[in-house]
Amino acid sequence: MTVEVERYELMEDPRYRFEFDRRDFIKTLGGGLLVLLVTPRLEGQESGRARGGDDRLPADVNAWLHIADTGAVTAFTGKVEVGQNIRTSLTQAVAEELHVPLASISLVMGDTSRVPFDMGTFGSRTTPTMNLQLRRAAAAARNALTTRAAERWQVDVDGIDVVDGRVIHKASNRSVALGELLSGPPLVATVTDAATLASPPAWHVAGRPVPKVDGRAFVTGTHEYTSDIRRPGMGHGRVIRPPKYGATIASVDSSAAEARPGVIVVRDGDFLGVVADTTEGAARAADLVKVTWAGGGSQSSNTLFDDLKSTAEPGGGQGGFHAGDVDAALASASRRFESSYRVAYIAHCPLEPRAAVAEWTGGDLAVWTGTQRPFGVKGELAEAFHLAPERVRVMMPDTGSGYGGKHTGDAAIEAARLARGARRPVSLVWTRNEELTWAYFRPAGVIDVRAAVDAGGTITAWEFHNYNSGPSGIRSPYEIANQRIEFHGAKSPLRQGSYRGLAATANHFAREVHMDEIAAVLGVDPLAFRRKHLRDERIAGVLDAATTAFRWGSRTRASGRGYGLACGTEKGGYVATCAEVLIDRRDVRVTRVAVAFECGAIVNPDGLKNQVEGAVVQGLGGALFEAIAFEDGRIVNGRFADYRVPRFLDVPAVDTVLVNRQDLPSAGAGETPIVGIAPAIANAIFDATGVRLRALPLVPEGLPVASSSASAGTGTRPPAAPRRYP
Amino acid sequence: MAAVVLTVNGKARTVEVEPDTKLLWVLRETLNLTGAKYGCGEGQCGACTVLVDGQPVRSCTTRVSLIANRRVETIESLAAGERLHPVQQAFLDHEALQCGYCTTGMVMAAVGLLRATPSPTDAEIGKAMNHNLCRCGTYLRVLAAVRQASGRAGSGR
Repeated sequence: MTVEVERYELMEDPRYRFEFDRRDFIKTLGGGLLVLLVTPRLEGQESGRARGGDDRLPADVNAWLHIADTGAVTAFTGKVEVGQNIRTSLTQAVAEELHVPLASISLVMGDTSRVPFDMGTFGSRTTPTMNLQLRRAAAAARNALTTRAAERWQVDVDGIDVVDGRVIHKASNRSVALGELLSGPPLVATVTDAATLASPPAWHVAGRPVPKVDGRAFVTGTHEYTSDIRRPGMGHGRVIRPPKYGATIASVDSSAAEARPGVIVVRDGDFLGVVADTTEGAARAADLVKVTWAGGGSQSSNTLFDDLKSTAEPGGGQGGFHAGDVDAALASASRRFESSYRVAYIAHCPLEPRAAVAEWTGGDLAVWTGTQRPFGVKGELAEAFHLAPERVRVMMPDTGSGYGGKHTGDAAIEAARLARGARRPVSLVWTRNEELTWAYFRPAGVIDVRAAVDAGGTITAWEFHNYNSGPSGIRSPYEIANQRIEFHGAKSPLRQGSYRGLAATANHFAREVHMDEIAAVLGVDPLAFRRKHLRDERIAGVLDAATTAFRWGSRTRASGRGYGLACGTEKGGYVATCAEVLIDRRDVRVTRVAVAFECGAIVNPDGLKNQVEGAVVQGLGGALFEAIAFEDGRIVNGRFADYRVPRFLDVPAVDTVLVNRQDLPSAGAGETPIVGIAPAIANAIFDATGVRLRALPLVPEGLPVASSSASAGTGTRPPAAPRRYP
Repeated sequence: MAAVVLTVNGKARTVEVEPDTKLLWVLRETLNLTGAKYGCGEGQCGACTVLVDGQPVRSCTTRVSLIANRRVETIESLAAGERLHPVQQAFLDHEALQCGYCTTGMVMAAVGLLRATPSPTDAEIGKAMNHNLCRCGTYLRVLAAVRQASGRAGSGR
């Protein structure tokens, strides 16, 4: 299966480049049993760059698994844990195939000197790829162990199994602990293709709601995030930022700061920062550095959408789709629809800001940092400091979330530069304001949609142009004969990149609101209208599940209440979302949500439910009120006091339905459940008020015009829609 | 620099810091109690929540000089050896976390709430916990966990 990496999954170049030199390192794993999983080149994994402990390893190792003679099982993967709970689901995968207790398994994740190369943890790819790979490695390990036991006992291998960490031969009533079989010379097995894996209906450990494997460390506060790491002699860093994007240093007077004990000021080109003994000491010292800045950008959110349209490239690039003759179908249609939709830049706001601890030892650089791309950050560091890659080690402690926002190595590079200048290890934790200003954003965009409908109420043409926000989820799942779907890159005034679900949120918003607009004008129930154009049974399945849970068919009209729905598919997941809103003058509350999600065979039902609920809650922010505001090259709402994200009292009742398709391969689930909530809410607001909102966020200042039928955004305003309920 | 005496988790601690230093940094960097997290420095997200004289406070905006001689409790004091505090256990039972970065602050806020209001209504829980952000969106699970810890009937999932 090939998956096109979305352009915004891959980030811009690193900001800094510095000088340094090289040395090698070698890492060994020791005795016991080592299983290497070698697969032909996979999507997103660059052949020849696989690099773990030993350079003699095959180039295309994707994972490995080690069993020590103590029976301790360790799986090594380049995937990382950011709250999506893969440390637990991958542990389940190993336990399932190896037949050992969960507690005997540990995972080494995202340590570039101990795990095989991995492009990164994004695109909801962990479950469909790494989960299978670790299962294969574990199955191969079990085979190696049963084979060794058969040789030792001189019995047929078919009579041997592994049960709960022991190798057992029932016929002769013999058993041995896993580790005992591993004394003696190391055993190395290589898996090259699919071993026989347990099928989902036969799963014992996978498919069940296993609690977070290291949950206790989190509730007791002992888990070490990057910012909790302490190294001998470590100082704390602070970067001095320009007042606006692109400004450069005209002059610096650092004498007052450097007069303070223990303070080092580091300048390298336009990079400027301080190191002190404490975080507050660094902040105080940074305030004492007198900097004169020159130049800088003048970008402003007031002209954002015009700027995106005016700098747009011609379409026809990534993600586009053409079928039939759209122009002819539009010309001959009995009804035509045209609307323009907008989405704002939004920030990820991971609660743990970007952070890194950097330590130089001789010419070697070790960095602990929260990133979704440890090997990418390793590359950025090697490039920034002109180091041979093997001299750089990146370690990724399980991190305070990312949502696509931690792909780049900014904090790592800055910490390393400060550490080199201060000649001591440095911990750098971005402030919330830095996080909201100097990270990158979910791309803003404009989406123009035109549709044609025939006399029978069937859509005959669909034209869809996305400017800048991205091609993910741009294709329509609806059966429409004539289609022109294009993504147009544009010049983004702000730094932009991945965000949970990528552009699938924007594209589903535009598509599902437009579907609703057409249904409203035709006077057709939005659910019936979608069903009429759907052939995909998996989308139909989640639509049924969500609308049943929501009791869509028996919803009742009440003053100020409205109901909306949306559905779609992306990254192998299928989602349908129903929302109920309650409008009180200009105040909009989402009171009830039903969401159904299907991603094939479910690996961890409770973990999945947690992800789906979380996606709905996070999606509320971008749907209702999140937007980055900027003016004259500055972010103007770079604090939590000014940038509103969902809180307890914003959360509706959420009814989550998981559709378990054990006949289908497992897909990832961290992203796609987010795509339905914004259009479902927009459609519910229209249902309640007749106000058609076509821009995300929908109600940053409350409903634009209290309960009138005025239209926001541009495009065709539907007539006062007949609201008929069955 | 000034010497400030605090009682932290039952022990008197004297720290030499600038008097306007925030409690969070004294805990994290002077006393090496890293369970309280930095999330915003604005008192908006609650990741730094600890108890002072039993009340939840945002340690990132609390000057250490203001709490001299007062009683500070952090997440590190909650569990009795292997036995978790009921709030901690409830968070595990309801898997009321994803990345876990907000969790220690959430737990401390909930402990403070339950001491003042042992059987809060859902509305009281929501109001009290509204100062703690979870970007992963686990609020409904946190609500269920706090209900369980309050011993309310029918609080199970």
